[in-house]
Amino acid sequence: MAIRSKAVVLRQNNVSTDQIWPGKYVNISDPGEMAAHVLEGADKTLRDRFKTVGRILVTGSSFGCGSSREQAVISLLQAGVKAVVASSVGRIWYRNAINLALPVLICPGAVDKIAEGDEIAVDLEAGTVTLAGGQVLKGQPVGEFVFNIIKSGGIKQLMRQKHAGEEAK
Amino acid sequence: MAMHALHKIMAAKSGQTAVAPGDIVTCAVDVAGINDIYLMVVHAFRAMGGKRVMRPERVAIFMDHNAPSPSVQGAENQKAFREFAARYGIGHVFEINEGICHQLLPEAGLVKPGDIVVITDSHTTTHGAFGAFGTGVGSTDMAVILLEGSLWLRAPEIVNVKLAGKLRPGVMAKDAALFILGKLGTDFANYKAIEFSGAIVRALPAEERMVLCNMAVEMGAKTTYIAPDDTTIAYLRQYSDKPFAIPATDADFVYEKIYEFDLSGLEPQVALPASVDNVKPVKEALGTPIDQVFIGSCTGGKFTDIEAAAKYLRGKKVARGTRLVVTMASKATLGKAIAAGHYQTLLAAGAAITVPGCAACYGGHSGLLGAGERCATTSNRNFPGRMGDESSALYLVSPLTAAATAVAGKLTHPDYE
Ligand code: SF4
Repeated sequence: MAIRSKAVVLRQNNVSTDQIWPGKYVNISDPGEMAAHVLEGADKTLRDRFKTVGRILVTGSSFGCGSSREQAVISLLQAGVKAVVASSVGRIWYRNAINLALPVLICPGAVDKIAEGDEIAVDLEAGTVTLAGGQVLKGQPVGEFVFNIIKSGGIKQLMRQKHAGEEAK
Repeated sequence: MAMHALHKIMAAKSGQTAVAPGDIVTCAVDVAGINDIYLMVVHAFRAMGGKRVMRPERVAIFMDHNAPSPSVQGAENQKAFREFAARYGIGHVFEINEGICHQLLPEAGLVKPGDIVVITDSHTTTHGAFGAFGTGVGSTDMAVILLEGSLWLRAPEIVNVKLAGKLRPGVMAKDAALFILGKLGTDFANYKAIEFSGAIVRALPAEERMVLCNMAVEMGAKTTYIAPDDTTIAYLRQYSDKPFAIPATDADFVYEKIYEFDLSGLEPQVALPASVDNVKPVKEALGTPIDQVFIGSCTGGKFTDIEAAAKYLRGKKVARGTRLVVTMASKATLGKAIAAGHYQTLLAAGAAITVPGCAACYGGHSGLLGAGERCATTSNRNFPGRMGDESSALYLVSPLTAAATAVAGKLTHPDYE
């Protein structure tokens, strides 16, 4: 299952959840309002580039470090991001991404080999990103357990199936 | 196979005989905590078709971030939580007067060695200081716990950070944590667990140990561990007499990596803007003008922190042109600070003392920063915009450095006066 789009490149490390989704917006829980503020603390032009350039965010290390706020994933989804390729990512952000079915490939150094607007293809199962010229960068394949959650469209769907038919208490 | 205490906890809670790093296991959760800014937990619970909460007596809701609510939206969210709690029989609702989740768990007798503690706040790593497996999750994971009473977790590799030697007077656990961050960076423990050990850790009081485990999340850690000893037991026993067994790491367990530091000569440290690993000795940033000093948060608003600051501030005044905001970690902390006379000392020195809770720490309310302002803070993160305007700048320091800085109006520490 390869995800193809053009790359939007954010050449920064340690982009925290405070920058992806600033604290002043934490009370907003309506997903519709979220795309307008995504990554505001890192680069305000990104939200438009997801519309005009491409849908795969390529970035550096420790992306999503910091707090557990899930808006830091939802706002990316709302902004149309289809996948994230990062050198490394924060743990809680990564779990949130899996649960919400945002594909994330950890591929150290990819950010140095991909330019804004490059057409790339991300394959989570294989753990690879294929560049426009055919060059393949090796990242970390996600395990079967995690891949299943993403493939199912996120953990909410899985839970809904599992608990359907239970009685209220 | 030799196991670490954390792996033994995971095994016990998942019904396995052995758990090794990399294993994915589903663990029963002893304490599931939800903070008041994450109403998305309730939305996710509904989206999953949730009709009942599994083991509601183990669930706690903390009205800690917006305590008391600074906005109508915050109030609406808290109201929705109270309704949710009543409807599903949630065991613990900590109201807006109580304080921060991580301080409340031990004080309410809700955490003990061997427990698995999962809260929607990333600093849940703090509970490793009590021999528990503590980790933070997002709203969707928390909704899964409400439905199932359990959560899938990947057993982490374990690194050992050994702190040898003896801290000089005036040097605190916060300085040690900042020093480690400066040396090892923000992702050396990504997805891993950090065990803190060594003579310095053994000598620290329980609340200072919490600082190391709290700041470990800034090192990337999923969870932490400090082997419980008499200090741990005495701290927990102040609040609860519930029995517990202490899981022990096997003698032949092999750590993925051991980092060893002798901190005997350690000087007070500061993390300069805008990354927690941008660390220098305070000495090298002396004289940086400071608009606001914040003494608070789950990292630096505990009784030990308030005491360190108040002892320094006795008979002194906050500098003109600088303001001091103090937000204690809990109602109990506040009570102790009043009984010890620290509250009165802080007030006399010129502090604005707010209601216990998270408040300015996450940029919520009660002491936010304007454009370009500089703040020395005892909290845990200095990311851009964390405490107000994006152009404001945060300097992470110990409570003692914070107090001295408030009096000087610029970055300093009693050592350098
Ligand atoms: S005090 Fe700050 S770091 Fe601690 S729980 Fe509250 S917001 Fe999070």
